[in-house]
Amino acid sequence: MKNISAVAGIVIKELYRRKDFYALFIVTVVICGLMAMLNIYNDTNIVRYLKEICLDLIWISSLVIAITTTARQIPAERENRTLLPLLAKPLTRTQLILGKFLGCWLACGLALLCFYLFFGALAASREHHWLLLNYFQAGLMHWFLLGVIVAFALLGSLIFAAPSSNATICFVLVGGILFVGRNLDRVALTLREPTRAIVNALYYALPHLEFYDLRDLVVHNWPLVAWKYIVLALLYASFYMAVFLIGACLVFRRKAVN
Amino acid sequence: MLPSRTLWLLLLALLVAGFGLAARLDSQFQTWRGSRTGGDLFQVALGDSRRMFANSFYVKADEYYHSGYYPTIFDDNAAFQTAHMAADTGAVSTKNHGDEHGFLGPTRNWIDAFGRNFFPDRHTHLDQGGADDLSGSENVREILPWLKLSADLDPDNVQTYTVTAYWLRERMKNVPEADAVLHEGIRNCPDSYDIFFELGRLYYEAYHDRQRARNVWLEGVRLWLRLDPAVPRGKLPATELIAGWVDRPTNLSPVQQDNQLVMEQLTTHLAKLDEEEGNLPQAIEWLEAAQKVSETPQVLQQRIGRLRYELGLEFIPVLKPLY
Repeated sequence: MKNISAVAGIVIKELYRRKDFYALFIVTVVICGLMAMLNIYNDTNIVRYLKEICLDLIWISSLVIAITTTARQIPAERENRTLLPLLAKPLTRTQLILGKFLGCWLACGLALLCFYLFFGALAASREHHWLLLNYFQAGLMHWFLLGVIVAFALLGSLIFAAPSSNATICFVLVGGILFVGRNLDRVALTLREPTRAIVNALYYALPHLEFYDLRDLVVHNWPLVAWKYIVLALLYASFYMAVFLIGACLVFRRKAVN
Repeated sequence: MLPSRTLWLLLLALLVAGFGLAARLDSQFQTWRGSRTGGDLFQVALGDSRRMFANSFYVKADEYYHSGYYPTIFDDNAAFQTAHMAADTGAVSTKNHGDEHGFLGPTRNWIDAFGRNFFPDRHTHLDQGGADDLSGSENVREILPWLKLSADLDPDNVQTYTVTAYWLRERMKNVPEADAVLHEGIRNCPDSYDIFFELGRLYYEAYHDRQRARNVWLEGVRLWLRLDPAVPRGKLPATELIAGWVDRPTNLSPVQQDNQLVMEQLTTHLAKLDEEEGNLPQAIEWLEAAQKVSETPQVLQQRIGRLRYELGLEFIPVLKPLY
């Protein structure tokens, strides 16, 4: 665990040394600030459009941070020729993978914390009350979603040739699942066999990332989701994180590091 | 290798040629019909595709009206053909049918059942309390940014103005802004009887200005009647036009057929005005006109009967010629 946390610590330091997070955070703040200044029929209590825009920007930023940070971890170690010296130390390949995953996931968590604090402040400035538990649920689900994506991107970084191709594939897959995932079984009904069976199998096999998208509930002030469903969703995400991480460990074991 | 002096001269010649060409083409470009330089920012950036975006934002406003509970392209949207926020204004005929509460249908499998816990899954309207059933009806204000954006993108969409003005007036009690929206609508769509109807409602219900309400409703009727090519052009007042129209057999143009509800509303509101002022024969005439476009003419017939009774017409034997 010590080795894993040491690797994770380096990844987190890398995030706050790089400019990605700061740039995305500033862009989010500036856009939301400009949107907040719009005069809509002299009504200063309109807030939901602002919450939606802010959450959309947070989602885009967090996906960019998670995928790009994770996709370059192992390739960068190889390119800088630091992978071999790293593994020469008392650090197993599994520990390296787990350390990288933990670092990226925690880094995403820190970024999310900043983003959601800003979101809460923005919403409270207009609504004059804090729906803290709702924001906590949304942030927690969002963080676990990023966990699944980080694990998948880590696996992808060992399979695909370059970080750019890995990142592109991750973005396409995540976008596809978020937009169509919920209705993939309906899409299957319009297809012929054997495509129908394949799409149906995908529907059950793919991680349903849309579970973790609570934006509509937060934007429109819906009541809290029952905690038992949140716990089940977190377990579901943990299962997929484990699947991708085990896959990554297996691939990395057979991979030449030089 | 060219000497630098030649390169400088070449650069200068290219700049002069570019300047001359721009000056030559500019006058032609200004008169070119495809030029976007004269339009607003959206026109320049998006061209005609802005109408598509405008429609998306209009639907987005209706989605907000439902607090996010809205069918996707995969769901049965028969109950959402006409935006509910527009239908609830009472001035738009609805094409909705089917179950608006259950477009999701029964759960298909465990993933679908589980997933429904994480997005809005209950039909609510913002003006009736919204998602938590506790909010005030003024929360309907949340639809306004999208309607404003939609109106900016497509200034020719009449419904955007009427819906915006209705909610501003009815729930936000922001009558001056509603008035301004409708006047902007009239500037952009001067032939819109829908906007004139909504403006009349604003004058009548918010300002209690009966005369101005009558004037704009009469203008609305005149514009609606002019959709029929058989109706005489020119500056004939609506009262004269309607008398001729009621006597003719009903032969509505396609646009009129799609907009019968607004004509019914215009004429019944005018009838109400005349009834309140004691001008019962004119009120009856308006109601007879309303009957021609109404889906429930028997209800109007009862009103006409009541007015005739008040007039005493039913007790006066009408002498019909024997030939």
